[in-house]
Amino acid sequence: MTMKTIKILGLLVAMTPLALSAQERFATRNGHITFYSSTPVEDIEAHNRKVTSVWDASTGAIEFAVLIKAFEFEKALMQEHFNENYMESNTHPKANFKGKMTGITADEVKTAGTYVVTVSGDLTIHGVTKNVSIPGSVVVGPSGVVKASSEFIVKPEDHNIAIPGVVRKNIAETIKVTVDLSLDPL
Amino acid sequence: MTFALYERLLHFPMIRSLFLLFLLGASPLAAQDDLLDLLGEEDAGPSYTTASFKTTRVINGHSLENTAKGVLDFKIGHRFGTVDQGIGNFFGLDQASIRIGFDYGITDRLMVGIGRSSFQKTVDGFAKYKILRQCDDGCGMPITMALAASSSITTLQTQDLPWYSPEQQDYFTHRLSYSFQLVLGRKISERFTIQLTPGLVHRNLIQTINEKNDVYNVGISGRMKLSKRVTINAEYFYVLPGQLREFTAQELAGNPDLGFTNSLSVGFDIETGGHVFQLHFTNSTGLFERAFITETTNRWEKGQIHYGFNISRVFTLVKPKEPKDI
Repeated sequence: MTMKTIKILGLLVAMTPLALSAQERFATRNGHITFYSSTPVEDIEAHNRKVTSVWDASTGAIEFAVLIKAFEFEKALMQEHFNENYMESNTHPKANFKGKMTGITADEVKTAGTYVVTVSGDLTIHGVTKNVSIPGSVVVGPSGVVKASSEFIVKPEDHNIAIPGVVRKNIAETIKVTVDLSLDPL
Repeated sequence: MTFALYERLLHFPMIRSLFLLFLLGASPLAAQDDLLDLLGEEDAGPSYTTASFKTTRVINGHSLENTAKGVLDFKIGHRFGTVDQGIGNFFGLDQASIRIGFDYGITDRLMVGIGRSSFQKTVDGFAKYKILRQCDDGCGMPITMALAASSSITTLQTQDLPWYSPEQQDYFTHRLSYSFQLVLGRKISERFTIQLTPGLVHRNLIQTINEKNDVYNVGISGRMKLSKRVTINAEYFYVLPGQLREFTAQELAGNPDLGFTNSLSVGFDIETGGHVFQLHFTNSTGLFERAFITETTNRWEKGQIHYGFNISRVFTLVKPKEPKDI
């Protein structure tokens, strides 16, 4: 073998993992997370459309990063208080999730269909990490786009988010969180 | 680049090692630990500093904050009489100077407001525009700067005007005054905000030849958070000397309480969801700029202190538009 052939082969080998990863990794920068707090006094709802997430189908690893300040409320003051008083977003700017998604394999993601999945791992909100296991579903579209969704409950108390007596009636003890992602091949 | 060019470049040892490094770096194995790193940093746009103050007023004067777009802020300001009046006047609580006002955010940067004060039955209106906005992230702006412009008009009956005299014509323009302020400040930390407010009060009518129509002044104010929902605020307006009416020794002998002084106020903000309660002590009676900057006569050192409060209640009139789901 000449030097030249070795170099070409070397290049090809080096490029292979890049080509493979294009089919097994999926990501988004504009995932949608909503939360609802419902009490007889008041319903509160906030939307974050700037959620980033990466999923590696080959290992099942999935990660989320959620910028707290990107949650948008109907009432501006509510948004301010959410950041200032409850989430303390200057100290804890992001909520994170790091874990594994089971119920769909790297092979299955190549064929269109709906899969029931479980996502389990560490959820960090307000600097407090909890181990969670969350049911969800993944829909693989014909065009290769992967849509993932989930709905689960978070308790502010579990993450050291203090709710003072004055507003106890306005903020629910359990917050419903919905996740909607449209993941593109990375 | 063609493959031949790659080939040629690979003959340079430096480039060759760089190329190898690049290949290693791009290998997915290296990034396995943190998947999100694959996305890289995103330019999320500027993140403006919020909650420099609990509300749009420090105590009497404007703060760095504006009412958000589409939000109406109903404000009631109340100043009792001076506490030195003793039990006979229930330490001033028998008297009251009040202002009822509405502020509205046209955009996140522009707010307007109107108010009506019992002090000389005055109606005032203002506009406040944020020229610069302090950023936490993404723009590097260290301060917030706003311009506040207001005008006020007294609606007293002619014979009730403080400057009334039977020989003098009651001109409409005499009843007007204006204030322009540059509100400069910085939220230094989560707890501490400091603000400087250079300003000008223009009075269309002055009472003596020795005073000035234009009164230059500068306010200094700040707040410190005691807890998430309670802050302590202080505010001082310094009027540059030689602009307000000076009283002669003779006049002062007749009434030692004559003469104008600078406004000093100290108080607490207590926030409870949709309300902000501001409780304070001040030597000013009026609640609009001309009144508290140029017409403060009470003195702290004489115990002529007013207990007062402001209540702010916000209503979201126009809800932000929901972006369409993708």
